Amino acid sequence: MTAAIEVRAVEKRFGNVGIIRDLNLSVARGERHAIIGPNGAGKSTTFNLISGHIAPTSGEVKLNGDLISGLRPFEINRRGLSRSFQVTNVFARMTVWENVRCAVLWATGHRYAFWKNVDSLPEVRERTAQILDDIHLTHRRDVPAGLLTYAEQRELEIGITIASGATVVMLDEPTAGMSNAETERAVALIRRLTEGKTLVIVEHDMSVVFGLADRISVLVYGHIIASGTPEEIRRDPKVKEAYLGEEAH
Amino acid sequence: MSTAMTSTSKVPAEAAGGSLRFYGVWLIGIIVLIVLPMIFSSGGLLTSFSLIGIAIVFALSYNILLGQTGLLSFGHAVHYGLGGFAACHMMNAVVSHGWPIPLPFIPLFGGIGGLVFAMIIGWVMTKRAGTVFAMISLGIGELVASSSLILRSVFGGESGITTDRTALPKLLGWSFGPQLQVYYLIAFWLVLSAIAMYALTRTPLGRISNAVRDNPERVQFIGYDPHVVRYIAYCFAGFFAGVAGGLTAINFEIANSALLGAIQSGLVLFSTFIGGTAFFFGPILGAILVTYLQLGLTNLTTAWQLYFGIIFIGIVMYAPGGIAGLLMMHRPLIRAGTLWTVIPSYFVAIVPTIALACGVILAIETVARFSGGDAINLFGIAFNPTSPVTWIAAAVLVVGGAFVARLTWRRIAEAWDRAATVARDRGYLA
Ligand SMILES: Nc1ncnc2c1ncn2[C@@H]1O[C@H](COP(=O)(O)OP(=O)(O)OP(=O)(O)O)[C@@H](O)[C@H]1O
Ligand SMILES: [Mg+2]
Repeated sequence: MTAAIEVRAVEKRFGNVGIIRDLNLSVARGERHAIIGPNGAGKSTTFNLISGHIAPTSGEVKLNGDLISGLRPFEINRRGLSRSFQVTNVFARMTVWENVRCAVLWATGHRYAFWKNVDSLPEVRERTAQILDDIHLTHRRDVPAGLLTYAEQRELEIGITIASGATVVMLDEPTAGMSNAETERAVALIRRLTEGKTLVIVEHDMSVVFGLADRISVLVYGHIIASGTPEEIRRDPKVKEAYLGEEAH
Repeated sequence: MSTAMTSTSKVPAEAAGGSLRFYGVWLIGIIVLIVLPMIFSSGGLLTSFSLIGIAIVFALSYNILLGQTGLLSFGHAVHYGLGGFAACHMMNAVVSHGWPIPLPFIPLFGGIGGLVFAMIIGWVMTKRAGTVFAMISLGIGELVASSSLILRSVFGGESGITTDRTALPKLLGWSFGPQLQVYYLIAFWLVLSAIAMYALTRTPLGRISNAVRDNPERVQFIGYDPHVVRYIAYCFAGFFAGVAGGLTAINFEIANSALLGAIQSGLVLFSTFIGGTAFFFGPILGAILVTYLQLGLTNLTTAWQLYFGIIFIGIVMYAPGGIAGLLMMHRPLIRAGTLWTVIPSYFVAIVPTIALACGVILAIETVARFSGGDAINLFGIAFNPTSPVTWIAAAVLVVGGAFVARLTWRRIAEAWDRAATVARDRGYLA
């Protein structure tokens, strides 16, 4: 079976600085894959490279076997890959409902339609309501996204990401800045919403990572030094040395 | 079970109430447009109403760009003007070829003129938003305005292209010679265009335009190309600006280079912003006010543009939501029932604020008329611009008015904060 995501020999330079060096990553379909690594290792940059936000300097990225490096973000999104952002990135002046609905529109085939009333599209309405219910924001549906609390904005961020029904979902630190209780809730949410999908997640909280992931890749200085099951990663001496330190026990 | 029943039966009832109110507003608007000339029937007023109607269509088209898609254009009059020229040429062609096209269809050709040009230049223009778009729109505006003087066969040079609206085939016996008939033609197209532009905001494209306005980066990650969204929005704006231009051509029976120049582009930006870009009806209020002021002030003072500038700066600085924003701020207070706690502070502020305004007007007019020596007539009182008495009066009004007005404004802010806090506590979002 072809991998959902296949990154081969990708390099990324900003000016003279090589931020990503010989990156190789393979994520199987239906797998929950966590990427961990110290601050500034290049995790978000990796997300940007895969989702088309930035183009690799060299190397290639494949989605379900098709070459996607060099495509624009919306082209990649239309092929079934959706990502969230580490820094909340929503439509601030629009309501929660509008935010999610906009993310539903392309996938339901309405595209740039200017001859349909957006309020009378039953499948759009149902799907939007379902997503809002899933992310526990139904009671906040008419609030402008910019006025939500931080944790609510993070949940909305997840809602927008999964709204299109993408089969490959990438979440960049979805629980960053959340309290323990909020994190627990968010993880349960992520687990439920990505059921049967391919998930790539960047996460600093090790209990979340080891609890959620089928496989883990460790990124250090733009290079993946180890990739394997949580057990393998826990035992890997390079990882212990470079990243986990004493935490590994 | 019973709760489920009641909750499901409540929803359609609410929706029906909402849509009743919604259609009611539109219906009232249409009725007002119909009866307006019956109440105010003087020729001058009819002309004013006609101009206001055109300005509303133009401002609404501009808000497709500014308010809905977040595109600040300094050259929107290009489409307005080209629509006007297209309409004039079409009218002349109809007459010379004897085509069976009556006058009420002409604004459509104006729209097509605006649209075609938008389709041609829009793709390059909308590649980027923000400053790049603003600068290109300014450049295109200048380019087209200067071309209109050079390409004489199309634009008629300085004198423009003239036409005769009464020479077209009659429709139901209407010749469109009298201003009243032209007014109704404009009102008809105003209603049609306003409904169409409102409907546009409620389509998938309209909502995605809002998303592009708020966050063009994120739009790309939900499957949309912001460039395409901006382009389609630009084409719609160009079309309706062209309709407005076509109406102008019918109204004046002429199209000339002034229609597509920077002054027109500035005025429509001005009207839309003053009215408020965040609500559909904002540009309508702005167009009414600005056209009215423009018609009224030009007769009263040579410094009318200065007043426009002051109003504009005041709105930008103190009420960036425009008139519509100011009005809609009150909605949560009305719902929460706390508006009455704010109203008294408004009344207290009226007198010093008017005093301040009078002082500013007196000062401006003194400077404007100093060398000419014409008297200033302010609310029936004559002031001599060369007399020190006038200068002192202006200074006292400005300084004293500003001092007292600021105190009363602070009281408004405090009363407002209290009322808004109560409203928020009661669950009404400000
Ligand atoms: N557009 C850019 N131009 C220049 N340098 C960049 C750019 N984007 C990222 N970098 C640099 O690349 C490095 C990796 O950044 P990245 O955001 O991918 O790290 P990260 O692993 O996500 O870190 P964190 O855990 O803090 O989110 C950083 O040193 C950053 O400064
Ligand atoms: Mg990061």
